[in-house]
Amino acid sequence: MKSSDQKPNQGDSRRDFLKKSSVITAIALTPGVAVKAAESNADERFAQLFEKIPLKLTVNNKAYQTTVEPRVTLLDYLREELHLTGTKKGCDHGQCGACTVHVDGQRVNSCLSLAVMNEGKKITTIEGLANGETLHPMQAAFIKHDGFQCGYCTPGQIMSAVACVREGHTGSRADISEYMSGNICRCGAYPNIVDAIIEVKEGGETV
Amino acid sequence: MINFQYLRTTTAKSAIALLVKDKNAKFLAGGTNLIDLMKRGVTAPEKLIDINHVPLKQIEQIGNKIHIGALASNSAVADNALIKEKLPLLSWALQAGASAQLRNVATVGGNMMQRTRCGYFYDTEMPCNKRQPGTGCGAMEGFNRMHAIFGASEKCIAVHPSDMCVALIALDAEVVVANAKGERKMLFKDFHRLAGDTPQLDNNLKADEMIIRLEIPVNNLAKNYHYLKVRDRASYAFALVSVAAAFELSNNKIMDIRLAMGGVAHKPWRLTASENFLKGKEATLSNFEQAAQLAMKDAKGFGGNDFKLKLAPNTIIEALNLAKSKA
Repeated sequence: MKSSDQKPNQGDSRRDFLKKSSVITAIALTPGVAVKAAESNADERFAQLFEKIPLKLTVNNKAYQTTVEPRVTLLDYLREELHLTGTKKGCDHGQCGACTVHVDGQRVNSCLSLAVMNEGKKITTIEGLANGETLHPMQAAFIKHDGFQCGYCTPGQIMSAVACVREGHTGSRADISEYMSGNICRCGAYPNIVDAIIEVKEGGETV
Repeated sequence: MINFQYLRTTTAKSAIALLVKDKNAKFLAGGTNLIDLMKRGVTAPEKLIDINHVPLKQIEQIGNKIHIGALASNSAVADNALIKEKLPLLSWALQAGASAQLRNVATVGGNMMQRTRCGYFYDTEMPCNKRQPGTGCGAMEGFNRMHAIFGASEKCIAVHPSDMCVALIALDAEVVVANAKGERKMLFKDFHRLAGDTPQLDNNLKADEMIIRLEIPVNNLAKNYHYLKVRDRASYAFALVSVAAAFELSNNKIMDIRLAMGGVAHKPWRLTASENFLKGKEATLSNFEQAAQLAMKDAKGFGGNDFKLKLAPNTIIEALNLAKSKA
């Protein structure tokens, strides 16, 4: 659509124009089926398309029962619905690892998982790692070794680091770097992050 | 992301039934590529059929073949004791791909179905015959340092980005797919296709079919093997060039050999001429160099990727050397 097509007619108020153009935008952004359904008043189909899906899952040992739109990612669900904002949105495309959480004990990028795919799963976020006021050993080690500067990637780094130790991928510094490569740190705290992981591994505590 | 209808199913039969009912439906497995493409507006399915609960995660040996279910995760396969022992090349190739987080979620079937990472395919403002047939190829005279040097067409010079698939074509894998009527088996080398005049089609899976499992013959290639991936950083990047090499040696004579390359074509690229040349010959540097030259016979650069014409043969030689010194 050319921009001139959207110019308000003389006499139209700005508000009228915004209303009209946002309706057009909404239709343009709606899948073909929905437009067809709307045109033919097939309300049922239309409603079904945007239906919220029931979802049961556990986050940091707390059970939640809710409904979500299918397109909501696990990351957005955690941040926007549960207000667990420790998990960070970095690239939102699975390239930076800032959104790393544990799903049934395995590290995943929550930005590339739909919330509805996690039905019945147990999620752990950075908020669920400490035991009350006592920091998880990996959190303490990151502080001790200065494993961050700006801190934005840190929740993802720590969740990934805990998984890395659990998986046993800590045989050498090179091993750790390889298995932590899905977490990008633009401040470049990598050597200190590896130090923190080695300390936790050698500490021998169950993480 | 444009919204869509979400359905969940627990059997392959019902998944296929749901798929054929709606031509704008897609299967959702790990989602690590599909959800990304949907966020970027490259694809907008009206219906997603979540197949994660379909029981296709088995990894087992049946007779002289190893069966891997289409929904086994990349990390489950890479870390599996049977795979590490009998098909270590596959384990290595998997470990070379993506990140630990992505491998935990990405499935074997999804890895095969992933789309190219060509920047023009991803950027919806750019022409791309694969994304939108007939709009042209932005890469042909654009930024093409990641692109194909083998089998490129005038319509598309994108490459298939998988590491796993390079190992699978080398290992003579077979793919079992199913539609509503039953199963059929195809050779892995026939699964992916060259771009030709229809670059929108990445593979030969039909619209009503679902990938069920892989079957990989056990072999004598578990001793001398290597997967060498050359990329812009040490880890977590797509291949500029990768080489899967495996052979069986007897008194330094090559009894059986498999060679395949990634990052160089629209499909995983098996180096049959090089294999035929090396079979029965001594595993020497001079023979490796000749084999590498044979592999490059029909290679063609497009400017930005001309460096691959030298990088590719060097990578083949190095992979063969590393496979030889592994024992």
